[in-house]
Amino acid sequence: MIEAYGLTKRYGAKTAVYNLSFQVRPGAVTGFLGPNGSGKSTTMRMILGLDTPTSGRVTVGGHAFRGLPNAPRQVGALLDAKAVHGGRSARNHLLSLAQLSGIPARRVDEVLGVVGLQEVGKKRSKGFSLGMGQRLGIAAALLGDPQVLLFDEPVNGLDPEGILWVRNLMRRLASEGRTVFVSSHLMSEMAQTADHLIVIGRGQLMADMSVQEFIERNSVGFARVRTPDTEPEQREKLIVALQEAGGQAQPENDGALRVTGLPLPRISDLAHSADVRLWELSPHQASLEEAYMRLTQGSVDYRSTTDMRAGLQQPAGAPGMAVPGTVPPQAAPVPGAAAQMPPAPQGNPYVAQQPVPQQAPQPGAPEGGTLQMRAQQPPAGAAGSSTSSTTKNEGEDA
Amino acid sequence: MNHTTRVLKSEWTKVRSVHSTVWTLATALIVSVGLGALICAVTASTFDDMSTGDRLTFDATYTSFAGMGLGQLAMIAFGVLIVSAEYSTGMIRNSLAAVPQRGTFLWCKVLIAGVLVLVVGMLTSFCAFFLGQALLGSHGVGIGDPGVLRAVVGGGLYMALIAMFAVGITFVLRSPLLAFAILMPFFFLISNILGNVEATKKVGQYLPDQAGTTVMAVVPETLDRPYGPWEGLLIMVAWTAAALVAGFIVLKKRDA
Repeated sequence: MIEAYGLTKRYGAKTAVYNLSFQVRPGAVTGFLGPNGSGKSTTMRMILGLDTPTSGRVTVGGHAFRGLPNAPRQVGALLDAKAVHGGRSARNHLLSLAQLSGIPARRVDEVLGVVGLQEVGKKRSKGFSLGMGQRLGIAAALLGDPQVLLFDEPVNGLDPEGILWVRNLMRRLASEGRTVFVSSHLMSEMAQTADHLIVIGRGQLMADMSVQEFIERNSVGFARVRTPDTEPEQREKLIVALQEAGGQAQPENDGALRVTGLPLPRISDLAHSADVRLWELSPHQASLEEAYMRLTQGSVDYRSTTDMRAGLQQPAGAPGMAVPGTVPPQAAPVPGAAAQMPPAPQGNPYVAQQPVPQQAPQPGAPEGGTLQMRAQQPPAGAAGSSTSSTTKNEGEDA
Repeated sequence: MNHTTRVLKSEWTKVRSVHSTVWTLATALIVSVGLGALICAVTASTFDDMSTGDRLTFDATYTSFAGMGLGQLAMIAFGVLIVSAEYSTGMIRNSLAAVPQRGTFLWCKVLIAGVLVLVVGMLTSFCAFFLGQALLGSHGVGIGDPGVLRAVVGGGLYMALIAMFAVGITFVLRSPLLAFAILMPFFFLISNILGNVEATKKVGQYLPDQAGTTVMAVVPETLDRPYGPWEGLLIMVAWTAAALVAGFIVLKKRDA
């Protein structure tokens, strides 16, 4: 159990973390999310007693970290994969840490095996890739078989196999009743790994809830409706009918409509009574990544600007010099989507027809299907995104 | 097993498992002994050309330590690296997450490094002395002569203390670049100038290395200091202790 009370950290005039209070409970994976520079690492360092809070306090198992007896046996942490002396072998690095807490050398070889580095244990860590470094860092965290584990961005630089491995490791550690606190800036990754989410932006708490709840609260569902392409007047008729019923319909690029504010059966009924045929009527869920970005939008510190290539441009009039993309760099929020989609009916025949995707999802991939796999019962409408009922199944990010 | 013992073991693993330890300490030994031997050989062959005054105040022991002025830089490098590597690699966070008692961490590191540099320092000092005296031949002195054993043991202590001074300073500065940029020119040039130029000698002779070298001289006229050999070493001990305490305070107070 990690408990933070009013945690605040200032570096000069800059406030890195402000009045942060949360609890990280045992037996679950708690995801710690926030954009770059939002104070995740600072918070982790304060938990580990490396940085002293300007005010507030944080305890691990009821003790301030610096007061913990034999800390490495109680808390294991991966803070920075590169935080090893490059000239020291992986084994010796772990050995020096193991000796600190009276852990036998045998355990070093054990954890090297657990993270799959037994072959390169004698090699100097200078030549390690980022992924190998992460594995070494995870090995260090596991050394003391601690009840509380902290991982700062553990999947950075890992290959898909490694990401899956880390995810399973976290879940296994939590299922053994340990407290697992994992930071990430990838919502998609956390949605598959974590049970509980703590989201911060600019050092302040933005959300502290279960993953399930986060999805329900923050993601907005919509229906994709397509009328026959050959009869545009049908489309106009439907739009009028939907708006009269209190829904919003926005045209999409391919001629379909994005309808919000009305449940799917109601859309079907309205179309029927307006005598409009439908080619497609499918439930969709805005991706979690979108929901997360919407939540943290105001708190992103580092935003990219359009590359104007000043001084690198060819003389005016030359072909190909038009500056592309005056579009805002961050993903546009789902427009006007306020109402919740009703839950996808359990007996949805389309869902049943679709094979459940089994592949290990990449970060950034649409959430719905894999989330469903993990959480057994699909969250509201989440099933829709990857098990869309039409043949023209596009990701909603398209 | 006692907590401190464990931290000591860990620090020993750290120090023995990087190449820089062997390189810096071996360089200190080789440069000190080698350069000392060279200067002794040259002195022996040109001894008859020296003035009578010089011959009367000739300090054979001190001459055999002539290489230490350069060799001490490698000792300083060892002291800087053993501490700054923790910071430059970020290992310090792993170390302190495992040993939240920062005092224990620092003093264990100091003890391990201290023992190591003392052993190497003594080895350097004795090797430099015996090889130097052998090359000086009839102009040399024996280890049993008055004050000589003190000078040789003092030479070993000097080498150890200069490394520990660097350890303390690096705990304050943290950055290897900064530590090297300050310590190297200081001990190679600046303190020698301050300690020997008439205008600044009054203050300069109390600098750590200027005071410490007094213990290595057998003939008082060699250095001409207002304090004796042991007092000189004591001044250096005080400097080293101050540097380590400063390092301890910084480590304790600042975020890692």
